[in-house]
Amino acid sequence: MNTPKTLQLLSGNEALALGAYHAGIQLAAAYPGTPSTEIMENLSRFKDIYAEWSTNEKVAMEVGMGAAYTGVRAMVSMKHVGLNVASDPFMAASMTGIIGGLVVVCADDPQIHSSQNEQDNRHYARLAKVPMLEPGDSQDVYDLMGYAFDISEEFDTPVLFRTTTRIAHSKSVVDAKGVRTVKNASPAFHFNVQKYVMLPVNALPRHAFIEKRLLRLKEYAETFPMNKIIRNGRKLGIVTSGVAYQYAREVFPKASFLKLGMTWPLPEKMIKEFAASVDRLIVIEELDPFLQDNIKSMGIPVTGKEFIPLVGELNTRIVTESGIGAGLLPETEKPDILSPADGLPRRPPLLCPGCPHTGIYFTLNTLGQRNKLLEAKGPAEPKLIITGDIGCYTLGAYPPLNVLDTTACMGAGIGQAMGMEKAGVKSKVVAVIGDSTFMHSGITGLVDAVYNDGHFTILILDNHTTAMTGHQEHPGTGISAQGEPTNAVDIESLCRGIGVKDLKVVNAFDVKALRDALRDSLAQPVLSVIIVRGACAMQVKKRANPRKVDAEKCVQCGYCLKLGCGAIQTVDGKVFIEPSLCAGDACGICQQLCPQKAIGI
Amino acid sequence: MDLLITGVGGQGVVLASDIIGETALAAGFDVKKTDTLGMAQRGGSVVSHVRLAEKVNSPLIKEGTADLLLAFEKLEAARWSHYLAPGAIVIINDYEQPPLSVGLGQVKYPSNDDIAAALKRRTDKIYFIDGNRKVKALGNVRTLNIFMLGCFSVFAPLDIAVWQESISRRMADNIREINLKAFAAGRKEIEGVRIG
Repeated sequence: MNTPKTLQLLSGNEALALGAYHAGIQLAAAYPGTPSTEIMENLSRFKDIYAEWSTNEKVAMEVGMGAAYTGVRAMVSMKHVGLNVASDPFMAASMTGIIGGLVVVCADDPQIHSSQNEQDNRHYARLAKVPMLEPGDSQDVYDLMGYAFDISEEFDTPVLFRTTTRIAHSKSVVDAKGVRTVKNASPAFHFNVQKYVMLPVNALPRHAFIEKRLLRLKEYAETFPMNKIIRNGRKLGIVTSGVAYQYAREVFPKASFLKLGMTWPLPEKMIKEFAASVDRLIVIEELDPFLQDNIKSMGIPVTGKEFIPLVGELNTRIVTESGIGAGLLPETEKPDILSPADGLPRRPPLLCPGCPHTGIYFTLNTLGQRNKLLEAKGPAEPKLIITGDIGCYTLGAYPPLNVLDTTACMGAGIGQAMGMEKAGVKSKVVAVIGDSTFMHSGITGLVDAVYNDGHFTILILDNHTTAMTGHQEHPGTGISAQGEPTNAVDIESLCRGIGVKDLKVVNAFDVKALRDALRDSLAQPVLSVIIVRGACAMQVKKRANPRKVDAEKCVQCGYCLKLGCGAIQTVDGKVFIEPSLCAGDACGICQQLCPQKAIGI
Repeated sequence: MDLLITGVGGQGVVLASDIIGETALAAGFDVKKTDTLGMAQRGGSVVSHVRLAEKVNSPLIKEGTADLLLAFEKLEAARWSHYLAPGAIVIINDYEQPPLSVGLGQVKYPSNDDIAAALKRRTDKIYFIDGNRKVKALGNVRTLNIFMLGCFSVFAPLDIAVWQESISRRMADNIREINLKAFAAGRKEIEGVRIG
């Protein structure tokens, strides 16, 4: 077999970055979030474009809009929940339109591999009345990127480019034939109040424009080359998009397919003709019945979600079993499948050995006597209420630390703490937030707490990176997305500037100092901020002197095991520290805690 | 050929599956691969699906149809045993990384017999190899993933030269040689090992 040299094995995110680069983008803005993060990581390597990690997705969207208004091609990327944050400017961009192409990439997470919820962002395209493209593998991603920018400019609209985890993080073969062409090398903004200033007098005519734009897009969808019909038998016709196409194709090799690369607006004529050409029409799609409901509303009899699950990712097994249930496949197709072996220990992710969050979490756990909560029969009020946030530190919710009472969305912990305190709870309230999340959307919560006289404690766990998504830079680190030194926002001065009076900075690896600071802040009848500072364990290269347990002094009290450190294990009933995992001098927390002083170098 | 690679975060599962994909592509196959990780965190359970054929649709392997399971850690071999096709080949690194619940003494790590029993529901072609000890003797424990690739390569329809080229391309100058050595050692290992 001969393979042309242009073929590469690329993940969806790599193909997306390359496709956008070839399409001539000059600006990209994003906030990291699984599964979208690698798009910006790949783009940031191209030094002839401007690429930034924005403080949050809303800001990224606004940066992208500004660039597009000057005529350059711009891209904004985020995970699905990020579009909730960015939805305000996103809806506005639909109203104003753009000049240079503006593509909004949104990566959904069916199956909740690494998110707080499962939502189908295809609804956003319908809500914002903008076109939406959906790829089925990395080649589709690459090819569709070119179309996305062309469509955006031709129709004066942002384009929603929707992927899912399985597209973003799968690798497949891509023939990346394009070469980078930049259409508008000299950006300029031209005064146009009717288009850009959405006062009621201008906004109403723009709404009328949007409705006309949608009709024109519908016409365009009828001949859009990435809406493809694959003809086989006429017995069964399947309408599908995204990765669901791949599963459906494998399970129903004899069916005819309408594979939609543009899933909003839908090509009504094309769908009607396809429906008329087959005996039975079904839709196979992940999550909500988005295509199905919209096809139904065209007056076409169609089924799908009656047998395809609404929850979680699809795969070939689920599609096969659903097909049998719907009478589309014979019982003999039923796969011969074993159940997973039972009784195996689970392996959930946990805080790394040497993690700077461990010490403060241990302190919260013991001060709040949180393990008693687990023993309570019914709902129990914690001695310390701990509102959490999104990041590595959310893993502190697992045993043995059990230190979070809430986790909702980026930045929510501070506002929740404020709400609980003002509602009048008797317990003390502590909000825990990471440094990147604080920049993202914690600052506005803090402003509220200062202004409205909150009396609770905020812990900013500052490990100087965005650790959860793979160590991206953020406004506090002093390094740009493209690796250049830049201004750093100083969290301490920021808090003081906002008006925080009781502010402490504590070393994350000094357990006594953590306890003293926390006790002091909880005793103060004011708003307190404690910045707990320590480097992320994965970024600490030097890990000298792993700790050892002195077997003679150790009385097997198990106190050190309450840290939940992966390096501290029990082998044959005896505590043992695995030297290859221990962070050594970079941490030393277990040594400080051991009541028998049995841990040392 | 449908191949499942399993292990624990930090063992190099994803890099190994990337190299297999690139080697298969260079040999003219259509390839799809996907890594299913939990949250982006070390120490969790990791699995990679790699599929190579003339034409591949789904990036995910269907349960009960994997031709080969390459496990970097013992417990993780048992965890994915329901993916095996009848008569599939299993290559297991005889290495134990206890999850936290085991380290805390709450649950027991399964015995070799428990692990073998889970796999034997489907196949007898099980190779137990002592990868960690072998790569330690070679001088770099971080070459385990390439050692495992060497083991796998004995069963893969791909030329040695193509393997060596794709491994070389992925490795920095200072670790290229040791990784190629680990690959060769992995190949040799399989030939001398009993089917367990």
